[in-house]
Amino acid sequence: MLNNQNLIEPDRVHRSVYTDQAIFDQEVEGIFEKVWVYCGHESQVKNSGDFHCVQIGRQPMIMVRGHDRTIRVLYNRCPHRGVQLCGSQSGNTGSAFVCSYHAWSFHLDGHIRGIPLQKGYEGTRLTAANPDCSMKAAARVASYRGFVFASLAPSGPSLEEFLGTARIAFDDMCDRSPVGEVEIVPVCHRVIQHSNWKFFMENQLDALHPSVTHQSTGVSASRIEQALREAGTTPPLYYHYLSTFASSFDQWDSVQTINFPRGHGILKGYMGLRPNDPDTQDYVASMHEAYGKEKAEEFLGRSIHHVLIYPYLSVQSPLQQLRCLRPIAPDKTLSEIWHFRLKGVSPAIYRRSLWYFNLVNSPATMINADDLENWAKAQWGLESKGGDWVSFHRNHGGDTVEGEVTYSNNGTSEVVMRNQFKAWAAYMGT
Amino acid sequence: MTDARLNERLIEDVVILHNAQASRTGAQVIAPDHQPRKPVGPQSLPMRSAAANQHGSAALQHRVEQFLYHQAELLDGKHWQAYVDLFAADGLYWMPATPDQTEWLDSPSIFAEDVSMMQIRTARVTHPNAWSQAPMWGTSHLVGNAVIESVSETGLVVRSRFQMMELRRDSVRHFAGTYRHSLRVQGDDFRITLQRVDLVNGQAPFDYVLQVWV
Repeated sequence: MLNNQNLIEPDRVHRSVYTDQAIFDQEVEGIFEKVWVYCGHESQVKNSGDFHCVQIGRQPMIMVRGHDRTIRVLYNRCPHRGVQLCGSQSGNTGSAFVCSYHAWSFHLDGHIRGIPLQKGYEGTRLTAANPDCSMKAAARVASYRGFVFASLAPSGPSLEEFLGTARIAFDDMCDRSPVGEVEIVPVCHRVIQHSNWKFFMENQLDALHPSVTHQSTGVSASRIEQALREAGTTPPLYYHYLSTFASSFDQWDSVQTINFPRGHGILKGYMGLRPNDPDTQDYVASMHEAYGKEKAEEFLGRSIHHVLIYPYLSVQSPLQQLRCLRPIAPDKTLSEIWHFRLKGVSPAIYRRSLWYFNLVNSPATMINADDLENWAKAQWGLESKGGDWVSFHRNHGGDTVEGEVTYSNNGTSEVVMRNQFKAWAAYMGT
Repeated sequence: MTDARLNERLIEDVVILHNAQASRTGAQVIAPDHQPRKPVGPQSLPMRSAAANQHGSAALQHRVEQFLYHQAELLDGKHWQAYVDLFAADGLYWMPATPDQTEWLDSPSIFAEDVSMMQIRTARVTHPNAWSQAPMWGTSHLVGNAVIESVSETGLVVRSRFQMMELRRDSVRHFAGTYRHSLRVQGDDFRITLQRVDLVNGQAPFDYVLQVWV
């Protein structure tokens, strides 16, 4: 029996939490198959019969819209012989799920609809009234501002309790629309990293790495930006998405992180995404009109770069990007990358999030190319016997604790990782 | 069971001779609208060569093919600047996320790079601290099936197919798809105004990312 508490110390963790298969198995069952897991956005399943397949831990699930408009999350498994009922990632299943093997069919709420030659079951233990004849549903489904989550655990904190203050991720995304809503752009980029999921979560709020890891891209983009300026043209805003990575250590150290219970956290903004061009002025005016000046300025003035929902979600709310992790093995993680369109804004405003999606989050990213390389090398390094501990000592003891929340006094404080492992230890328990 | 009893049973056969119920079997009778609902088939027939029957078409076809081979060779040889120089000053390298996309300004792309953005990528990939470039890395492209879709006085549109094998560190990846080049005639050469690249595996999970153009 593993004693996970011995693996986690306040300022360092044992390498096995990144590499050990038994620990990974325990994470899947004890964390990912219990917490509220993001399934998708309501706008992905607009019509009854629309479905989208999603993995929760190791469980293949279907998010489906019913005739009663309710969104349900069901196990993608025929109760007869176990065959998956949906063979494609998403689509419309009409008024029923029909098994491709023996044509058992199910209503959109998962209840049994029909069994061919049903008389064959007369006198057996299995009748259509038996709940074992219906598709099994996720224990709990809830949504927050259009974002749908499911938990496979029948009890535990509610979705809002789980999200806690980090629900600002979804508020900040939606509040930037004058009608308070976003809509999914139905293209998902999927990228596999040959490394543990924790590297991604740590990296998202790690303010020391960008100017090192992304030096080549940041420097190259700022040089072209400079050349364009010298030639008398204004470089497009999206060049800045790349060139800010070349900021100095001191600049990065001045960006604050806010660390919440359950491992969630925020890296505050640094990109300066409020230019003063006519498109922005129109957009700001529409926000003032919708919410009143004070409220609109509160929404537009929020300083956020990433919000992390531990242990698997990274939301870049000001640019409407979302990355969701699906751990596969200790050294293999799939990330699903989405972005959203603010409802009620001009195409020019949408293009700001589109350019970020194209330049930073696409499979041709000039940013994550170097992150993925780091994490793979980190995985191999931690699999070695060259040392047992991973250091999170930077600024240990130098952060400001206010109740349950820890603020970094230095942007590069490793409080982010310390806070994540505090949550990890609580989930993994003894 | 004795052999005799088995033979007795095997003689009682039922043969389905008339398949009159064929359209009312299985899932068809239970839920004709269950997924997949759309019939599977091509969207439209591919355009045939516009130049095939014209005088001098063989020479044009030859020039176009040589251009495509040259571009692929520059890529495999890591001659990034020479590769970018094949594009017109207003040229665009575009890899849409899905094959049904018709524009790149308002829908997501894997690549949507003008010459200036291509310069950033070139500078990045040749920077000494482009960490992802440390492992051994190389590609080999094969371009073929070139069809000249249209010809005008100033330019032409060419469709072709490619296969690309990539080695990175100790792993091999395979990409394939369609190129569609919009070429502007410049002297006796061409410049690319738009290169559209549709990867067959563009929506599959990427095991690592694409570092340069395909």
